[in-house]
Amino acid sequence: MKTILMISALASVLIVLLIFLFTTKEAMPAFREIGVWKMLSDTTWRPGNNQFGILAMIAGSGLVTLGAVVIGVPLALGTAVFLSEIAPGWIAGIVRPSIELLAGIPSVVYGLFGMVVLVPLVRTIPAPGNAGYGLLSASIVLAVMVLPTIANISEFAIRSVPGGYKEGSLALGATKWETISRVIIPAAKPGIVGAVVLGLGRALGETIAMIMVIGNSVILPAAVTNNPLSIFLSRARTLTGNIAVEISYATGIHESALFATGVVLFILIMIVNSSARFLMKMGANS
Amino acid sequence: MKRKVAGLIALVPVILLGACGEPGDGTPDDIGAEPVETVELSVVGSTTVQPLAELLSEAYEAIDPNVLVTVSGGGSSVGVKSASEQSADIGMASREIKDSEIQECPELVIHTIARDGIAIITSPDVDIDGLTMEEVRAIFAGEITDWSEVGGAPGMITIAAREEGSGTRSAFEDLVMEDALISETAILQPSNGAIRTTVVTTPGSVSFISFGYLDDSTKPVAIDGALPTPENVNAGSYPVVRPLNMVTYGEPTGAVAEWLGFIAGEDGQAIVAAEGYLPVN
Repeated sequence: MKTILMISALASVLIVLLIFLFTTKEAMPAFREIGVWKMLSDTTWRPGNNQFGILAMIAGSGLVTLGAVVIGVPLALGTAVFLSEIAPGWIAGIVRPSIELLAGIPSVVYGLFGMVVLVPLVRTIPAPGNAGYGLLSASIVLAVMVLPTIANISEFAIRSVPGGYKEGSLALGATKWETISRVIIPAAKPGIVGAVVLGLGRALGETIAMIMVIGNSVILPAAVTNNPLSIFLSRARTLTGNIAVEISYATGIHESALFATGVVLFILIMIVNSSARFLMKMGANS
Repeated sequence: MKRKVAGLIALVPVILLGACGEPGDGTPDDIGAEPVETVELSVVGSTTVQPLAELLSEAYEAIDPNVLVTVSGGGSSVGVKSASEQSADIGMASREIKDSEIQECPELVIHTIARDGIAIITSPDVDIDGLTMEEVRAIFAGEITDWSEVGGAPGMITIAAREEGSGTRSAFEDLVMEDALISETAILQPSNGAIRTTVVTTPGSVSFISFGYLDDSTKPVAIDGALPTPENVNAGSYPVVRPLNMVTYGEPTGAVAEWLGFIAGEDGQAIVAAEGYLPVN
C-alpha cells in the first residue's frame, strides 16, 4: 500500500521533470541560434523575418498580472475577512459556494464575457488607439479568475489565527474593526501573502481568456496619453498567448522559439510558486 | 512565380524512399489494400479549407460508405507538415506551398481544389464602400490611421488581423502588402471566426477574411471598384485571390486518389461553388 502511494506521489514529480526536460530540449535550437539574452531583451517578434524577441510578451504577462493583483487582491481580501469574521452563517452559506462556482467556470466563458461585455465598456474610455482590447480588459477578467484562489487561502489563513489573539484584543477594549485590521490580518499576513503569490502563478498561466480580450499585438505596452495609467489601455500579448496563438502554425526555429517561450514561463512560474512556499513557511514558523 | 515553378517541380512523381522529417503512422501505405473494409482517410490542416473539406467528405461518404474521412484543423503549416511526415493522408493549405517546404520534402504533390478570395471587411458603422489597393496597403501598414483620410467620416481606424503563420495572413501579405508589414498594433485573433466577431463588434475596425466566412453580419469593401464576389474573381477584376490546396506525400493512390478525384470532378466542384469558393478549371 505504501509503495502504491509513493509511486503516485512520485509520478507528479516525474511528470513535471519530464515536461521541463522535453520543453527545454525542444527550445534548445532557438536558444542556440538566437541566443538566450537576445530573446529575452529584444522586443520584436516577427517569425516571418526571423526575429524572435519575447520581451514584449514578458512585459505583457507581467503587467496584466500586476493589474489583476491590484484589482483582485482587495476584493479577495475583503471577501476573506467578511467570510471568516463578519458574515452570519447563512450569508456565508451563499457566498462560499458562489466563490467555488466562480472557480469552476471555464476560462473560455470568462473570455467570452470579457469580449462581449467588458471590451465594449473599456472602449468608451476616450484615448487614442483604444479599441477596448488590451491590458485593462484582460486585468479585470483575470482579477475575477484569481479571486477564488486568493479568497479561499486567505480565509483559511485568517481562520488559523489562534482565537486567543482576538479575545485578547477585544478584552483590551479594541473595537471589532481594530481587532481585524491591527491583530488578525497582521497575524494572518504570511498566509495571505502566500495566497496572493499563488494567485500570481495562476494569473501568469491563464491563456485562452487572455487571448480573447488582450488584443494579442506584439508591442511593448506604453502609455497612450499623458496619464501613465493609460498603459493599461495598450494592447499586449502574454507569454502563454504567444504559444497558444502560434503553435499550430509554427515549424522549425519558430516552433523552437515558442518552446523557449514556454521555458521562460515555466521558470517564472517556478520562481513565483517557490516564493509562495517560502512565504507561507516563514509564516508557519513565526 | 517562383513558387509556381517550384510547385510544378513537386508535381513530378518521385519514388518514395521514406517520410520527410519524423516518421508518421505509416497508414498511407495500407490504404486501399482491402477495398471491402472501411478505409479511414485523415485530412489535416488549414482552418479555411476545413469546413469545405468536411462538406466534401460528407458528400463522398454518401457515395462510398466504405470510406471514412476525418477532417481536423491546425493551420496550413501543420497541414503541409502532416503530409510531409505522413502523419496524415492529406494536408490542407490555404496558400501556395512555400519553397522551403518543398525543399524540406520534395515528394509533396500539390492538388489545387478551389480558389478563394480574401475580402476586406469593416465594422457596420464605417461609411466606406471602396478602397484602392494602395489605400488598403497603407491602412494595414498603419500609415493611414483615420477613416477621413480615405474619404469616410472622421474616426480612428482599428486594424484586426490574423496571427503570424496563418494561411490567410500570409496570402494577404503576399497579395496585398508586398514588402510592407502589417502594423504591430493590429488586434490579432487566431481564427476567421474570431476576426469576424471582433470586426462586427468593434466600431471603426477593418480586417481581412476568407470569402467562405462572409455573411450578413460582415460589411465587405470593394477593392479598386470590385466587390469581393465570385463573379468578380472569375472576371478577373477582384485582385485578392489564393489557391486552396490539398497536399499528399507522393502521387496519391487508392482511396486518397479517389477522394481527390471526386473533389476535382463535377460533383465536388459543384459543392466548392455552392460554398462561395471558386471552382478550378
